[in-house]
Amino acid sequence: MSNKEIKNLEEIFNQRIARDEKIEPKDWMPEKYRKTHIRQISQHAHSEIVGMLPEGNWITRAPSLRRKVALLAKVQDEGGHGLYLYSAAETLGISREEMYEQLHTGKAKYSSIFNYPAVTWADMGAIGWLVDGAAIINQVALTTTSFGPYARAMVRICKEESFHQRQGFEILLSLCKGSEEQKAMAQDSLNRWWWPSLMMFGPKDEESPNTEQSMKWKLKRKSNDELRQQFVNQTVPQAKILGISIPDPDLKWNEEKQSYDFGKIDWDEFWQVVKGHGPCNKERMTARVGAWNQGTWVRDAAVAYAEKQANKNLNKAV
Amino acid sequence: MRDNLIKYILGIADNSLILGQRLGELCGHGPNLETDIALTNISLDLLGQTRNYYQYIARLSGNNKTEDDIAFMRSEREYINVLLVEQPNDHFGYVIARQFYYDVFHYLLMQNLQNSSDETLAAIAKKGIKEVSYHLRFSSDWIKRLGDGTKESHQKIQEAIDDRWVYTNELFMKTEADELLINEGVGVNVLDFKEAYYQKVSQVLEEATLTVPDEKYYQKGGKEGIHSEHMGYILAELQYMQKSYPNLKW
Ligand SMILES: [Fe+2]
Ligand SMILES: [Fe+2]
Repeated sequence: MSNKEIKNLEEIFNQRIARDEKIEPKDWMPEKYRKTHIRQISQHAHSEIVGMLPEGNWITRAPSLRRKVALLAKVQDEGGHGLYLYSAAETLGISREEMYEQLHTGKAKYSSIFNYPAVTWADMGAIGWLVDGAAIINQVALTTTSFGPYARAMVRICKEESFHQRQGFEILLSLCKGSEEQKAMAQDSLNRWWWPSLMMFGPKDEESPNTEQSMKWKLKRKSNDELRQQFVNQTVPQAKILGISIPDPDLKWNEEKQSYDFGKIDWDEFWQVVKGHGPCNKERMTARVGAWNQGTWVRDAAVAYAEKQANKNLNKAV
Repeated sequence: MRDNLIKYILGIADNSLILGQRLGELCGHGPNLETDIALTNISLDLLGQTRNYYQYIARLSGNNKTEDDIAFMRSEREYINVLLVEQPNDHFGYVIARQFYYDVFHYLLMQNLQNSSDETLAAIAKKGIKEVSYHLRFSSDWIKRLGDGTKESHQKIQEAIDDRWVYTNELFMKTEADELLINEGVGVNVLDFKEAYYQKVSQVLEEATLTVPDEKYYQKGGKEGIHSEHMGYILAELQYMQKSYPNLKW
């Protein structure tokens, strides 16, 4: 294809997106669009499955049968999200094995929030409320993104995430209505998860590359800082209902802006965790790589068995 | 009568609880996502059944007892699950062997329990049998995949099948509560399907190109509350919150 022809195709492609048409896997797309989507969707998928670990850590210790079942189902949902997202990425011509390889070698990232430890039962509440809550804000915008399979996966996932968020809030509400000890457990959890949750929206706008291109492709509809502000505005009143306080002395309502002002995020901590030096980066990778390596013989067996069965059927047919 | 009924139900329900707990340990660590999700499903089914049984026991017990009192507040000797279900996950072959040995039994038990004269138990069994038939299909399929897969998988599943075999016979040991409730038409006589059990197990193992173990020495104790050394650790996790913070609502 000549440069001119490619330019033409790109022109048509951009117009389609501008008209809100969905791009499907078989459609022509610029190489950069494909690569960017593979990167973003696979990182999103990795976040779902690494995100199973901190909560998975509490399944055997959940305080009641009802909570145990709900937590198991929640963590299982996250696995399901990983599955849809890997499938969406696969439509762009990358295999699941390649994506895992990128995760396991550290080439692909996942959401840094999961590098923080879940150390008390209250963390199951805070993760649902804040982490799933922040994820929803990021993801609702993506339900109308330009790439069809990603947009459709997001619609489905967002429904479940809002259920998770309510469930998390409800865990904390029970604690806040409970004993002093329980309330303290909830407060301690909010203290630990608040700032990392704000960091989930990524670096501040001045330091966030690619934004313009992503806006054009509808991979991003609002800037990091806008989304972060939306999260703060939405979450502060919920903390009031719970009766626990946000660990930020600078947090206050700004009448003029009709929104909350909040304190400075510790960006050194943010970059430390992104670069692989958070409290649990090593543990998370060890768990993922370990599960994958220990599962090799199982996956090999499934493939070998399927081949034998296919041969048997073939012989029967002959 | 009431105490015996409670004991009889515990004898079924504790198996579901402990096996559900063991499978819960695996969530997020499966050999691939699909299998991870499927094992979690089984765990969810078993814990759902557990809740139905324990809620029934709580009603029978009165005194404002709850399902959680029964699940979390007993001493080790008061749990009467069989030794099979408390065996560790070790490797995936062990997970599947344990599941398979239990599923064959569980399926036959539910099939019979549907005819119990106790309406609540019959209803739980009717609902449960759909779930358990899925579990049995899942574990039998994996027995075949691993048995007739690679040399390594064959060796690993055979090892697990051999090691867990010794826990199968306990499934068929009748307790005092069993005897009494069989007479009432409430309980199931497990001996009625012992032969069918070993037939089904052998048939799947043979289809999987595996050797049916011929070990004649079996282990027992769980039904009397005398457990393996693993049990204390299972309960340490299971009861952690309830024992650390007694009498609270979560
Ligand atoms: Fe998710
Ligand atoms: Fe979620």
